[in-house]
Amino acid sequence: MIDYLLTEEQLMIRDLCRQIADEKIRPMAAELDKTEEFPWEIMKVMAQSDLFGVYIDPKYGGMGGGVFELCIATEEFSKACGGIALCYSASALGTYPIILYGNDEQKQKYLPDLASGKKLAAFGLTEPSAGSDASALQTTADKQGDHYILNGVKHFITNGGDAETYTIIAMTDKKKGARGASLFVVEKGTPGFTFGKKEDKMGIRASSTRELIFNNCKIPKENLLGKEGMGFIAAMRTFDQSRPGIGAQALGIAQGALDHALRYSKQRKQFGQSISSFQGIQWMLADMATQVEASRALVYASAREVDAGKKDVAMHSAMAKMFASDVAMKVATDAVQIFGGYGYMKEYPAEKYMRDAKITQIYEGTNQIQRNIIAMALIKEMAK
Amino acid sequence: MNIIVCIKQVPDTTEVRIDPITKNLVREGVKSIVNPFDAYAIEEGVRLKEKFGGKVIALTMGPPQADAVLREAISLGCDEGVLVTDRAFAGSDTLATSYTLSKAIEKIKDYDIIICGKQAVDGDTAQVGPGIAATLDIPQITYVRKIDEIKDGLITAERATEDGYEIAQTKLPCLLTVVKEVNVPRLPSLKGKMKAKSAVITMWKAADIGGEENRLGLKGSPTEVWKIFTPPPRPQGKIYEGDAKEAVNQLVDAIKVINR
Amino acid sequence: MSGIKVDKNKCIGCTLCVKACPFGAMSMVDKKAFVDLDKCQLCNSCVETCKVVHAIEIIRETTRTPDMEKYKGIWVFAEQRKGVVQPVVFELLGKARELADKLKVDVACVLMGSNIKDKAEDLIHRGADKVYVVDNPKLEHFLDEPYARIMANLIRKNRPEAILCPATVVGRSVISRVAVQLRVGLTADCTGLDIDLENGYLMQTRPAFGGNIMATILAKYHRPQLATVRHKVFKEAAVDLKRKGVVEVVNYDNSFFVSRTKILKVVDEVTSTVNITEANVIVSGGRAMGGAENFKMLEELANVLNGAVGASRAAIDEGWMPYSHQVGQTGKTVCPTVYIACGISGQIQHLVGMQSSNIIIAINRDPSAPIFTVANYGIIGDVFEVVPLLTKRFKEVL
Repeated sequence: MIDYLLTEEQLMIRDLCRQIADEKIRPMAAELDKTEEFPWEIMKVMAQSDLFGVYIDPKYGGMGGGVFELCIATEEFSKACGGIALCYSASALGTYPIILYGNDEQKQKYLPDLASGKKLAAFGLTEPSAGSDASALQTTADKQGDHYILNGVKHFITNGGDAETYTIIAMTDKKKGARGASLFVVEKGTPGFTFGKKEDKMGIRASSTRELIFNNCKIPKENLLGKEGMGFIAAMRTFDQSRPGIGAQALGIAQGALDHALRYSKQRKQFGQSISSFQGIQWMLADMATQVEASRALVYASAREVDAGKKDVAMHSAMAKMFASDVAMKVATDAVQIFGGYGYMKEYPAEKYMRDAKITQIYEGTNQIQRNIIAMALIKEMAK
Repeated sequence: MNIIVCIKQVPDTTEVRIDPITKNLVREGVKSIVNPFDAYAIEEGVRLKEKFGGKVIALTMGPPQADAVLREAISLGCDEGVLVTDRAFAGSDTLATSYTLSKAIEKIKDYDIIICGKQAVDGDTAQVGPGIAATLDIPQITYVRKIDEIKDGLITAERATEDGYEIAQTKLPCLLTVVKEVNVPRLPSLKGKMKAKSAVITMWKAADIGGEENRLGLKGSPTEVWKIFTPPPRPQGKIYEGDAKEAVNQLVDAIKVINR
Repeated sequence: MSGIKVDKNKCIGCTLCVKACPFGAMSMVDKKAFVDLDKCQLCNSCVETCKVVHAIEIIRETTRTPDMEKYKGIWVFAEQRKGVVQPVVFELLGKARELADKLKVDVACVLMGSNIKDKAEDLIHRGADKVYVVDNPKLEHFLDEPYARIMANLIRKNRPEAILCPATVVGRSVISRVAVQLRVGLTADCTGLDIDLENGYLMQTRPAFGGNIMATILAKYHRPQLATVRHKVFKEAAVDLKRKGVVEVVNYDNSFFVSRTKILKVVDEVTSTVNITEANVIVSGGRAMGGAENFKMLEELANVLNGAVGASRAAIDEGWMPYSHQVGQTGKTVCPTVYIACGISGQIQHLVGMQSSNIIIAINRDPSAPIFTVANYGIIGDVFEVVPLLTKRFKEVL
């Protein structure tokens, strides 16, 4: 691994997360993949180790890092299990809108419990008919006096049902299209707020995915984050911050798959020798390792750019997410190939990495959308 | 409630190897760890503090680099670390070690419970815990697998025995040695790690703890290692492969021959 | 003055000691060994490696027990539980007899408990010349303080030169306190005991570093010399009903029975009929057993062999067996006559707990599993196929 000159605190986070990954996540990964059980025990360990606060201001009970620290943690967890890691990082995705758009009062109210891991968060944008086209949102928030009344359905919501704090995009003014969307905090237990059934997924099965159902759900107007009409921009800005995190998840999955493949290639003997002694395998391993390192360089660089407060980070964070997730899919597929027939069997770890990798190309903006973002930014830059 | 946890830095026995040519123990590059049983002692101490308040002091005797295990203890929730280190302690056997730690504990003075792991994995003696209790003349409950209650200056605990367990009650201050069943140790926290990094470890020399010179180090150690040798290697075993039934029959026949 | 010395004239600069020092205290200065006294722990590692030229020496200046030569005889702590003398005591008696015969001294036992006087004869039949009996209702349950106090008192009065004690929960707890009260040496878990006839020392050999090395320990200048020994290390002494000996009942006043600790309840948790440290045969299961229900299979095999069921840490952590069945570094150390490892890969932490078993049989699918390096016999195959076949075959031949 290239030396990315991590600070002492960052090394501490990495080592601690690696320890949790090895001691707590790895032994449970296959089991939870099978049972689809939410990893509460592991969430508790992460919470006790202060890891939910690595990107939150110490003023609100965090450890004071940023997106980069979040990426280090996500990468380490994902090496052991992309699904369990997602439960952690999806909480960050749900928290970021509060960090970015919450006022001091709202931050005081929500962030300490999220930083301590006492509560998990989730982010709700996607709807059945509004996926890549986020402007087609149907969920509404009607202002009535001191309250908003929410109606509609969000679906494919990670941590849905298990999180306590939800940041939701809903239309306050449908006529205005994308400019009529607003951002709200909704807490689990609010009357009119229920959950659909848990989705049965291909991969990341330890994480939970559910529908959020709002049926005349009444929330106080203090739950509005930022101003009315800022919802869509807020979502886009949140994604700008969170994309390196998806990149880090993909990176961890890729590294984890590579580690297994490398180890197996040394153990597995065919024709009287380790298959790692065959050039065909060696070249595969070399390509995989190079791609993983390149994606790490891009993910780290874009995370650091976000933390440095640069203004237009959309293109680079889209590049990081897209590249790292494409690499994860490729490397995980190659890892299965190196495992041969065993790679196809659930008894061996390789196939799970392949299933887990796939989602990273799809969620938080499909890689096609990421390419749109990159191309748009390129063209915009040229026009300047 | 003030708790002292006695811990030991040991070589990671899983990494210790024998040099095939010289037959010597290769300890080069073997990392030092907190004795695995002491992790349970640390956790139990921290849990008691969380329940009853007070503080947990981690105590060890060893060379200056043993401060690493105290820092680890702090990262796991201990409040302070005390390292007793002096040339005069070199060569201590379990008797001298029990004495030295007891003198340090007398200097710490204010304690209710001393917790030790049931034994250290490098020596496997299980002597220092009871040795400290005897030196300080306090009661002990060894092999504790669960603390039931602490109330009115009395502690009630389950002590693991060969056939099950017994429930013992004793007066504070006392010494406990704990077994693995007592808890599941937590992992360090980030805040704990940061605190550990900057923590000031208290270092005491022989003069600080005021021990009798005759009872310290080599001089205070009745036992000496007279000879170290490598046990003869086990002869290569007979391994059966192929048809399971055939293999089982051959194996059972082979054992029968031996037993005759 | 105690300490370490390097004879520069003898040192050939081979650097073996530098490599051997676990504390980084040895270095080469002008091509000769140099000791950093601030780091040196006088652990003897360098002295051991320097066995060709003997250039390093540790000088010991130590206190000694007054009237050392007046200490005579070998004692055994006759641990009883619920009025039953533990089998390990008979194993110790066998060894004590052998050592005492070499030294031409007597063997005595210390028997403490409530209503146990009648057990003293058994000890004589097993080789004791004398039995000190302390019989008091207050000794019904083992309590560290009175047991240690009485033991220390008996020792002060009667001066034995060596005492063997079972390395059990009770034995280890009491003898450690006795050693401190008398300020004498104690060697734990000896696997070999012998007498240096020239000097009369008890040579106490024990494994260290998980059995990777053996160390012989002496307590040259202190009496008595205390040693603990695990179950099944020595052979049980044979019963000789014609043997005669002296039973001395010793009475103590109440002050000796004072204890700050009380036993409120004794609970037996017999999940299998035999305690694994005492079992002659252990059938152990590891991760490959796949679930608690599959341990039935091992119980059946153990029943046929009259043995007990053990488990690796992996199986215990999965919750398939209670912790009291765990074999290995963080569980129990066992040395049965036969140890059958079923689906246990044999991590070093497991091996240290069972590698002194007389016969080790390993069953594992993976031919490269480390368990095969210590196995006397092995079958490469699926436990679910092999174990029932083994049970069946043993049933046939036994």
